[in-house]
Amino acid sequence: MSFIQAFKMAVKSIRSNKVRSFLTMLGVIIGVSSVIAAVGFAQGSTKSITDTISSMGTNLIQVNIMGRNSNRNVTYNQIKKFSEENSVDIAAVAPQSNSSATVKYGTNTRNTSVLGTSPDYQEIRSVYAQQGRFLIQNDLEGMQKVAVIGTAVVNDLFEGTNPIGEKVKINGQLFTVVGILEEKDGGQDEGADDIVIIPVTVAQRLFRSGTIRNFSIQATGPETVESAMKKLEEFLAKTYKDSDAFRVFNQAEMLENLDSMTGTMTAVLAGIAAISLIVGGIGIMNIMLVSVTERTREIGIRKAIGAKRKNILTQFLIEAIILTGFGGILGVAIGLSIIHFIIGGFELVPEVYSIPWVMISFGISLGVGVTFGLFPAYKAASLNPIEALRSE
Amino acid sequence: MIEIRNMSKIYRIGDVEVMALNNVSLDIEQHEFVSIVGPSGSGKSTLMNMIGCLDVPSCGEYYLDGMLVSGLSDDQLANIRNHKIGFIFQGFNLLQKLNAVENVELPLIYQGSSARERYERSVEALKLVGLGDRIHHKPTELSGGQQQRVAIARALVGNPPIILADEPTGNLDSKSGKDIIYMLKELHSTGNTIILITHDNDIAMEAGRIVRIQDGQINEDRMVG
Repeated sequence: MSFIQAFKMAVKSIRSNKVRSFLTMLGVIIGVSSVIAAVGFAQGSTKSITDTISSMGTNLIQVNIMGRNSNRNVTYNQIKKFSEENSVDIAAVAPQSNSSATVKYGTNTRNTSVLGTSPDYQEIRSVYAQQGRFLIQNDLEGMQKVAVIGTAVVNDLFEGTNPIGEKVKINGQLFTVVGILEEKDGGQDEGADDIVIIPVTVAQRLFRSGTIRNFSIQATGPETVESAMKKLEEFLAKTYKDSDAFRVFNQAEMLENLDSMTGTMTAVLAGIAAISLIVGGIGIMNIMLVSVTERTREIGIRKAIGAKRKNILTQFLIEAIILTGFGGILGVAIGLSIIHFIIGGFELVPEVYSIPWVMISFGISLGVGVTFGLFPAYKAASLNPIEALRSE
Repeated sequence: MIEIRNMSKIYRIGDVEVMALNNVSLDIEQHEFVSIVGPSGSGKSTLMNMIGCLDVPSCGEYYLDGMLVSGLSDDQLANIRNHKIGFIFQGFNLLQKLNAVENVELPLIYQGSSARERYERSVEALKLVGLGDRIHHKPTELSGGQQQRVAIARALVGNPPIILADEPTGNLDSKSGKDIIYMLKELHSTGNTIILITHDNDIAMEAGRIVRIQDGQINEDRMVG
């Protein structure tokens, strides 16, 4: 008896019991679709986080100053000078002085974060002005009270009037709005668009903060990141004489950490979903055992007229594999639909379709069919034809 | 054709041993039409299972076409059943989910015939038993007599030399029963060896030879007609 014949026989038997076959498949369908949807969701979240990080650029080096030693401080000018001396490795430096402040326009007020920085910031962090201009070097040197504002602030304070050229009060001091930033976060009320950027020199005076604790530094290329970091560390160690007083790190390191973290998340989600696949497999075994008992007479007839053990075994095994395989295909379709219509449709996270996971979960579903179909098939093949014929 | 030598079959039911066949010897020649008769519990079903290679004896030998059958493996027995024996059962034993032609095809499937050959031969066999117009009917859509005719078509489609009929008329009205017996006689006349198991003396008389079995032993073996 050929394989094709066994296949046809199995299909016929599955089709003659449609409702039961579907219910049998349901476990596998749910299992496979949840594996795919869970992995899709996990990878989507990973993507949204890594996208955010890598949009900052992989050449980006962050320096955090943690030391409280006010006698020995690295100023913006010192770092700037140092980086100009090391222009082979370091392309640009931007100081970051973060504070929060009350911004007032007319009678509208808003609490927002105020970032004091330099013109290099726009290149380093890809933060550009969509209208007006960004900070320029003259603003810093001339201590100009100018501000570039994010769209969340624009929406809240200006209610339709063009902010360029308008005056806002930041902590009571008047600033002229010179530019509006490109939208980064969909103009959400909190996030990257809820920001006001002013010259770092002005910020230091406004908030009476002498020390700048954060610097964004751009290496000249991905290959110089490491040597730039090393030089920075040496330079800072010389100033602080304490390697715990500062931290120099890079996006690549953050990405690596994140990767291992989200890898764990994917594995956990997939693992939980895989358990439902196993449960589906047990459901298949259960139904197949019932089916063997129910069809004892059929098996007896087949054996009496010449079916060998092998024939019966393949027939039942193929039935189990078709059930799980077809269930697997439906599960893949449903899983991908969940990613497309629910995860993507409601924009929960970016849509990510993982081909390897589709194959893995489909493969597992077939494996489940073989594993859990084997015992019932063996039981069917071992039936004694005389006893099987006698059963009702 | 069939040579049975000193065959015994002992069943063990709990602690009790039941001797279903007790030292039976029987020869059946090619082209014979033999009735095996006996009351229920006489051992005739056991004998039929032995002849049909569905069961193996506890002791004794069984030669089919000169080949020693007792002692073969399950799969080898399946092969012999497939090629040498056509079964006709009292309860028809058709697969309810398959239609007439699909049921008739079954022995050919296990012989490994091609789909086309299978279909053609099955339709031919169904025409032979007068069901050429009912090949796509399911068993539930056929009368008892028609179902038994499908079973006969299934038994003869693989051209087995031996047709083994176990109470083929038991579930039928007398008219349909007569048709079936007539058909068996037709098969006999075309060269098949027919072994008919029955408890009905009138039907047994249709055969050329009657073997009467009682308490696991043959107590009468005579030619008739």
